[in-house]
Amino acid sequence: MTDKCAEVSLDFTRLFHPKTIAVIGVSLTNDSHPANVIYNKMHLRYPVKVYPVNPRGGILKRDRVYADIADVPVRIDLAVVAARAKFVPKILQRCIENDVGSAVIISGGFAESGRSDLQEKMVSMAREAGFPFIGPNCLGIYAPTRFDTFFLPGERLVRPDPGRVAIVSQSGGVLVDQMVKFAEQGIGLSLAVSIGNKALIRELDLLNYLADDPETRVIAFYIEGFEKNEGRRFVQLANRISKPIIVLKAGKSAEGRRAASSHTASLAGDYRVFSEVLSQHGIVEAQNEFEMVSFCEALSCYQKSIRERVGIISVSGGHGVLATDICIARGLTVPQLSESVQQQIRENLSASIQPIASLENPVDLTGSARDDDFVAAANVLSRAPAVDSVILLLLPYSPGISSDLGARLSYVFGREGKPLMAYVPHQEKYRMLIEGFELNDVPVSSSIDGAVLMVEAIRRCRPC
Amino acid sequence: MLNQEMGEIIRKAQKAGWIMEPEAKRLLSLAGIPVPEFRWVSTLPEALKAAEAIRYPVVAKVVSPDIIHKSEVRGVVVGIKDKAQLTDTFSAFSKLEGFCGILIEELVPGIELIVGAKIDYQFGPVILMGIGGTGVEIYQDTALRMAPLSEKDVTSMVDSLKGDKLLKGYRSTEPVDLVALNQLMLNFSTLVMALENRFESIDLNPVKCTANGSIVADARIMLSG
Repeated sequence: MTDKCAEVSLDFTRLFHPKTIAVIGVSLTNDSHPANVIYNKMHLRYPVKVYPVNPRGGILKRDRVYADIADVPVRIDLAVVAARAKFVPKILQRCIENDVGSAVIISGGFAESGRSDLQEKMVSMAREAGFPFIGPNCLGIYAPTRFDTFFLPGERLVRPDPGRVAIVSQSGGVLVDQMVKFAEQGIGLSLAVSIGNKALIRELDLLNYLADDPETRVIAFYIEGFEKNEGRRFVQLANRISKPIIVLKAGKSAEGRRAASSHTASLAGDYRVFSEVLSQHGIVEAQNEFEMVSFCEALSCYQKSIRERVGIISVSGGHGVLATDICIARGLTVPQLSESVQQQIRENLSASIQPIASLENPVDLTGSARDDDFVAAANVLSRAPAVDSVILLLLPYSPGISSDLGARLSYVFGREGKPLMAYVPHQEKYRMLIEGFELNDVPVSSSIDGAVLMVEAIRRCRPC
Repeated sequence: MLNQEMGEIIRKAQKAGWIMEPEAKRLLSLAGIPVPEFRWVSTLPEALKAAEAIRYPVVAKVVSPDIIHKSEVRGVVVGIKDKAQLTDTFSAFSKLEGFCGILIEELVPGIELIVGAKIDYQFGPVILMGIGGTGVEIYQDTALRMAPLSEKDVTSMVDSLKGDKLLKGYRSTEPVDLVALNQLMLNFSTLVMALENRFESIDLNPVKCTANGSIVADARIMLSG
């Protein structure tokens, strides 16, 4: 069998930082053809030069359509190909001959529908020429502010802000959905790549690339499965990378149901091996999309792992108890605070709160607490060696809590360096409070579960 | 790491597709993994002599290239007390399919673990450790790591078992010798890496653990085709 997963040493510079792009396969008659959608958005909204190509030539929106890639007057860094599968190998060949730097092949109709031959032909051509291409059968690349090859009209996309998390996904649909959730949660994106059939460029190649990408601090994957021994190479490479890596695995139930010849073979099913080996190598596995989003948000703020002891500050006893239960269920601890730590907190609280606050951990400042009380408690816990992180349960409808508290608490993190996670219940109404946190690198969740998951993510990002 | 004798054991087992218990145990002991004292004999007088030497009570197991799961054909008798019982056992075993001898072995006490390995399609050789015994597939209290194992991996495997307290001393029981268990796991890992392309799966089940050490009471090595 061909070794599909050899680490290809290809140069990805022109693929991910193109200045000139050709869109091959634009329609002269159908404005909603994928190639036209891609051409339009790049033409109108990104700082790249884009050239439409169709063998028939002609004019598209007052611009010349080139009949062949060789006719384009500049050297093309990236060709986006959305033509019918049977034409694609020939197109790829023309790209290689004309010194195009790379390609994204959007078209389907290859290995996924019985035409492995076409796909293999392209792979061997590209290997020989040292020509990187993404796909086929994918959405391709979304590089915030630079360019994107998604055939989804701009007005339909929910676009996350530029940021530090890169996502690589076998499924284009899952990727776009994750982007929606990133935007909702204020998680910034450095790069999103849908790799489709991953014929040439696979997870391993992108892990390798992203490890050195200065804009990326967290690398997230949606993976359905690896080729033979590819998982082994993936975790070995991950071991050498200092950036946190998150994996969401799909197809957990699709176990190979081979008759097991031994207890070990029957106990060590495909997914159990996958899950435990990832954790052995400090890769954080997300069980579902919700965990994926929480983990990405937490790790985009904090990349250094911590121990399991959590401090909790709230203005409601119930919230503190709920958060404690979730922490315990997730293998975290909520240690009782020493008398001296409690004393330090109490001394700094406002006079009306001092006699009624409960400070063992969870710290319940009560509904009468004001911003200053929250900051005082966060200050003391951020310096207390007894806890490794602090969950802040903010209930902004409480009259003493103002919109400034997010930024003020973030400064505590800035000063002390101990990870803080905040829970704020309503995204829209308390936007300013939330931005006060997020713009200052403190992650916020709209659920208590989410806030606890964030702690779990930073605890888990290291070998178990 | 495979020496000549180990290579020979594997070569001879190729036809059957798996390494029978006495040969598997010989292979393990060559790899520095403790196994009980045992004799592989093919006649009744030899069996009686072996049992005298090892001392009753002993364990008797059928040896046959056709019998992979010995207990399913009643090919294992634990705690044979005397000559008469061994004679009966021998006679029953000799009627089993492909009979090619009987293994007489000392009875070893201890907490039962399962230790195993398989070649995973995505990750290559992986190693399993878990709480053993007959309920092994019911409780599924196991830990898996990609081989080769580091000492840290072995420690984290033990710690991640729900039944880790059984090993670390629970109520009145003495803790098992974890240093010896770690060494067994590391030696097994070295063997697994040396065998990488030649086996499909290995079960060491049970491995018996006490305060005095860990010892492989049964072993089966399935070779790759």
